Amino acid sequence: MKRRDDILVTSLLAVLLGLVAGALLMAAIGGDPLEGYTFLIKGGLMNIERIGNTLATAANLTLTGLSVAFAFRTGLFNIGAAGQMLAGGLCSTAVALLVSAPRPLLLALTILAGFLGGALWGFLPGYLKARFNVHEVVATIMMNWIAYWTVYYIVPARLKGAYLETESALIPAAASLKTRWLDALFEGSYINLGILIAIVSVLAVHILLKRTTLGFELQAVGYNRHAAESAGIRVERDMVLSMMIAGGLAGLAGVSFYTGYASNMQIGVLPSQGFDGIAVALLGATEPLGVFASALFFGVLHSGKGFMNAMTEIPPEISDTIIATIIYFTATSVLIGRLWRGWRRKNAKRRAKASPEGEGA
Amino acid sequence: MEIWNIVAQIFPYAVAFTVPLLITSLGGLFSERSGVVNIGLEGLMVMGFFAAAVTVKGIEDLLPSGAIPIGLLAAALGGALFSLLHAFASINLNADQIISGTAINMMASAVTIYLARTFTGSGNIRIRTGILRRDIPWLADVPGLGPLLFSQTYWTTWLVLLLLAISWFLLYRTSFGLRLRACGEHPSSAASAGVNVYFMRYMGVTISGAFAGLGGGIILVTYSGEFNGSVAGLGFLALAALIFGQWKPLGVLGATLFFGFAATVANVSQVIPQLAVIPPLLLKSFPYVVTLAALVLFSRSSRAPRASGQPYYPGQG
Repeated sequence: MKRRDDILVTSLLAVLLGLVAGALLMAAIGGDPLEGYTFLIKGGLMNIERIGNTLATAANLTLTGLSVAFAFRTGLFNIGAAGQMLAGGLCSTAVALLVSAPRPLLLALTILAGFLGGALWGFLPGYLKARFNVHEVVATIMMNWIAYWTVYYIVPARLKGAYLETESALIPAAASLKTRWLDALFEGSYINLGILIAIVSVLAVHILLKRTTLGFELQAVGYNRHAAESAGIRVERDMVLSMMIAGGLAGLAGVSFYTGYASNMQIGVLPSQGFDGIAVALLGATEPLGVFASALFFGVLHSGKGFMNAMTEIPPEISDTIIATIIYFTATSVLIGRLWRGWRRKNAKRRAKASPEGEGA
Repeated sequence: MEIWNIVAQIFPYAVAFTVPLLITSLGGLFSERSGVVNIGLEGLMVMGFFAAAVTVKGIEDLLPSGAIPIGLLAAALGGALFSLLHAFASINLNADQIISGTAINMMASAVTIYLARTFTGSGNIRIRTGILRRDIPWLADVPGLGPLLFSQTYWTTWLVLLLLAISWFLLYRTSFGLRLRACGEHPSSAASAGVNVYFMRYMGVTISGAFAGLGGGIILVTYSGEFNGSVAGLGFLALAALIFGQWKPLGVLGATLFFGFAATVANVSQVIPQLAVIPPLLLKSFPYVVTLAALVLFSRSSRAPRASGQPYYPGQG
């Protein structure tokens, strides 16, 4: 219980400090922070269409956040969610454009292809880590750029549309995650089935980590490789598996982003959701439900920034700055934690001193 | 002879691409050798890119001849100052260096575009002055090597090579270098020998910030001419070169030159028929693939600084 409190306080403080930094930056260019934040939140939530957009943004972030969080829980640092997202997006886009099948089957194939593409991109760093002890951070960074260039050359060569060389053809309606009923429900926003994929993934990861032997094993490997080994766990297999699941989750973010939110694939972009996922995972304390909550929060920041920019002079990059600052402060949470514990101890002392007198009076 | 012609043709481009990579990678070397992993190189480059653009743009009308040197100085300073955030988190607060580096990368691209927008309206800053390519007197006339190495060069190339030589000397021939490397290998031993581990690590990170910032500035004044908020992964490429070069100055020189050539060949392969047979995808992803291969090959005998990435707690061995 105490640990929970500490985590919550650290996360909230990081958010607060991030918002303060954002306010300072808004003030620095002569903007009014209060007005800025009002429009930012309004832009994310003021009507049903905007709420739909926020949910659609949060779906992508939930999936990359889950990817990073799952890897963390199993002792791995997945900084490659961006590349896995690209790999998953590429595979699902290819299926969506090249396969013809009835819609339910096609959707299932698209989602599966995305998961497998991401898992493949996670497999190699996992294997290199398990077999050769290659640090997964470096390996996943390299994989990010391999994915970047793969998309850069494969999309124009194999999947391009009629006119532009820099993007794939549009995803046909039959393969798109956009559906009529969600469209009608949210009055034509970007929302798509990606949000359902995200919610199902949150629950699945939650169950996997909390209720299954496999999840327990994977976490044991992350906690202490050697102890797990002597307990008879197949460590190498588990490391690869962890990285593949993490990659697959990021691959699903690729499905939800490229075949749902964006409706085609652009080249020359390493998706920022991959790195935002680190922030989402850390802020959510690597708990699946926490990840979902922090993805919703970042979703508001991202989907409200356009409206804020239209109504004020404040550039939309303020949202990215706030998110980056929050990551920085979660990284330095040791200091925050130390301050918090110091404050609590002082408070407890004061209360201990005050209480006898209090009782007397 | 034909191959030679192609090499001579693309050599200036390859060098222009290599130089910012080299100086950034060299900066990363100082940081990692002192024991702090710095994956924020990309962000530090962006910061230098931005600082140089603002400075050059601000003074190029008043001071046309001094704008570029002052701009590059500002780039190095901007990178160094920004790297203090990473240093503080990693050294004083024992923060996770990977997370802090990621935050540096994200913050740099967000903050610089944010500020650029308020300066110019768009997120871009275009400068009018750039470095002119010059022939080196006498040497440019040497047959064979002259046209290749000494004609049409940027002065920043020579500056970076000078910094490389100084860095080598500093790292291997001075007590400063010995202390810095000791902090990256075995900080508690260094501390018991009277070395101030905190100070040395601050030096390592700040030098990496200054060098990466300079790298970003060089991109601006040589081949880019316009700040656009991104260095397109060059910082990560520099990190790959640092690993492929096995954390040694000359190794880094070789690796960056190798990567610079590969990237340039990929860029021009469509217009030079002899090179068009190689798929550009292979050339572009080549640096990352060989870095992964190098990591596997050297996994038993890696020269990575042993304490790199680990926080230092005084009094623990």
